[in-house]
Amino acid sequence: MKARVIVTLKNGVLDPQGKAIEGALGGLGFGDVDSVRQGKVFDVELTGSDKDAAKAELEQMCEKLLANTVIENYAIEIA
Amino acid sequence: MKTAVIVFPGSNRDRDMFHALELITGTRPVSVWHTESALPDADLVIVPGGFSYGDYLRSGAIAARSPILKDLVAKAESGVSVLGVCNGFQILTEAGLLPGALMRNAGLTFVCKEVMLETVNSATQFSSKFEKGQVWRCPVAHHDGNYFADAETLKSVEDNGQVVFRYANDTNPNGSINNIAGVTNAKGNVLGMMPHPENLVESLHGGLDGRLLFESLMAKAA
Repeated sequence: MKARVIVTLKNGVLDPQGKAIEGALGGLGFGDVDSVRQGKVFDVELTGSDKDAAKAELEQMCEKLLANTVIENYAIEIA
Repeated sequence: MKTAVIVFPGSNRDRDMFHALELITGTRPVSVWHTESALPDADLVIVPGGFSYGDYLRSGAIAARSPILKDLVAKAESGVSVLGVCNGFQILTEAGLLPGALMRNAGLTFVCKEVMLETVNSATQFSSKFEKGQVWRCPVAHHDGNYFADAETLKSVEDNGQVVFRYANDTNPNGSINNIAGVTNAKGNVLGMMPHPENLVESLHGGLDGRLLFESLMAKAA
């Protein structure tokens, strides 16, 4: 089973890397970029077939390691 | 004072810390590899600077899940003094031993220079030898030292006097919120700081300002 975990910075957390990318896009002539926030994507392959169990396990992975919930949110997608 | 220093793959300020501790305490610290399950009996356990696991995932994130951390958390809860410097600070926040998080420097660049620190709370075991308000020199060298905590957490660490050191004289090198350079847990026995006091402890370093932090801990252990 394939799953995708998307980790993003919480609203209100300053993202200097996103700001730098935003500035670089503006410099390339993309004048309609309002803002950029940088995040992370993890593609995780699991051996089981129970989607609910997988989702619960992935939530634990996010809470324990993949995300720092002080500053980051996470979303889980299961194919 | 008995001390121990935890070493991870990618630690690189561990030897600076050994040297400073041996010089100041007169006793060689015990080196503890991250895969060990128990720390030795010590008054002070230090998590040193460096780039554990190459800063993969987030700075300090992988090291904070090392086997030795379980005993470090237990020791911290039992009241043993714990000091995390630079990557050690990042590891302690990732392990949940300290509030907040360390993010990419606001200026996006690695900073390696000297800053000025103000001791804003001299009533902690890490700062008792400083005068309250004392401004001192200290080197920094990091890429992810931008301290962040949400409004509620920030209010509680400020109200509880957990902010021990702030960047002073407009020398905040990384955008840290409220100029926070060093913060303790609620109980006051765990301190994390981005600057390196171990790098200003003998005349060859060009100053002795960092000694007061270690001498404070020695006074507590005596």
